[in-house]
Amino acid sequence: MEALIHDFFNIEVFIRVFPLVLNGLGMTLLVCAAVVPLGLGGGLIIAFGMQSRRRILRIPIMLQVDFFRVPPLVLLIFIYSGLPFIGIRLSPYAAVCVAFLLNTSAYYGEVYRAGLESVAAGQAEAARSTGLTKLQTTLFVVLPQAVRNVLPDLISNTIEVVKLTALASVVGLPEMLYSSDMGRAMTQNASPIVLAAAIYLLMLWPVVRLVSRLEHRLGH
Amino acid sequence: MSSWSLLVETYFRADLIARFAPEIAKAMLVTVHLAALVVVSGIVAGLALAVVRSFQVRAINYLIVIAVDALRAFPPLVLILLFYFGLPGLGVVMSAFQVLWLALGLVLAAFAEEIFWAGILSVRKGQWEAARSTSLSFGQTLAHIVLPQAVRLTVAPLTNRTIGVTKNTALGGVIGVPEILSVASTGQSITGNSTPLMLGALAYVLLFIPLVVASRWLETRFAWRRV
Repeated sequence: MEALIHDFFNIEVFIRVFPLVLNGLGMTLLVCAAVVPLGLGGGLIIAFGMQSRRRILRIPIMLQVDFFRVPPLVLLIFIYSGLPFIGIRLSPYAAVCVAFLLNTSAYYGEVYRAGLESVAAGQAEAARSTGLTKLQTTLFVVLPQAVRNVLPDLISNTIEVVKLTALASVVGLPEMLYSSDMGRAMTQNASPIVLAAAIYLLMLWPVVRLVSRLEHRLGH
Repeated sequence: MSSWSLLVETYFRADLIARFAPEIAKAMLVTVHLAALVVVSGIVAGLALAVVRSFQVRAINYLIVIAVDALRAFPPLVLILLFYFGLPGLGVVMSAFQVLWLALGLVLAAFAEEIFWAGILSVRKGQWEAARSTSLSFGQTLAHIVLPQAVRLTVAPLTNRTIGVTKNTALGGVIGVPEILSVASTGQSITGNSTPLMLGALAYVLLFIPLVVASRWLETRFAWRRV
């Protein structure tokens, strides 16, 4: 028990590494602030692209969606350490944002697509026959219903994005896991990682609960 | 040098392909082995937890819900580092491979439990009542009436989640498990050339494209509908 407290819940270590971990949290949030909104937007473009009747548009997008679903860490390492060989050198922050954006917009795209498909065709037909333009129909009739139908999936994908940011530590971006692992190396103690885990839990638990609620309600 | 030959020189050098293809193939086996262990243990554990939860013992259910929520909120890499660096201090010594298995297995178990539980909930109450009124026991009702219907509903979301979790096998490199990404990026540092990394990416595409196609098929076959 004492070993457990000393190794995992060491108050002294917590206090010592707290500023460091907090700095990391700032970077984590900075990554999320870029990736989540852009991913939500990019996903929408992908979803509409996949519905397009033009093959020239549809096929590259479908390939993109399948290809960028390789493990995100593979994509990240590829962009961070593979692209410099052809002269494209990105900072860790930029590499992380680009990699996760490509990956996550593919997922958001799939979610939106499922949502768009779940709206009955009669909705669009009815809207069009009342004189709304195609764009108006999409924006005001189809999209709101689509988003509502897949809301749990959109939120749960967003949780995944926040968790994804921990991978940025692998390319040396000082986000929360990187900082806390530095703290671990500094103090020779696992408590800093416990601290980071606790902060992730604090941030994401309410959202996890929410998703779980929404999903169960849909199940019924 | 033209940009085309630069591209070939950087990502598809024939001699490096010949040199690293066998190593990447070996690493693919490690990844597949690990993924298989994670999938089987995670899904079995998740189903077991969902069954335990359906007995509605309040104290146990709170424990399950808290554990599952926490596992859904932690980034897997946090768990991996925590186990890898923390457990030896408690006298639990595990290989990096076992740590990865434990961490990813737990994560999958948590997601699987949620999915199975949602499946169990979505079976209509009348099904329970009808089964019980024909004098089946609670356990028999669960095993023969409810679970078969619930599991059918869970196929699509469970497949997606399983694919997602198995992708995290790529995190093994961080603690030194010789899986695909780790071998590929080591190859890149040794040779100063991106060919091994490209091979690694292709290996993943090779592994995951069939899974993605299969999941598309499953999704249409077993769409999440009420029975």
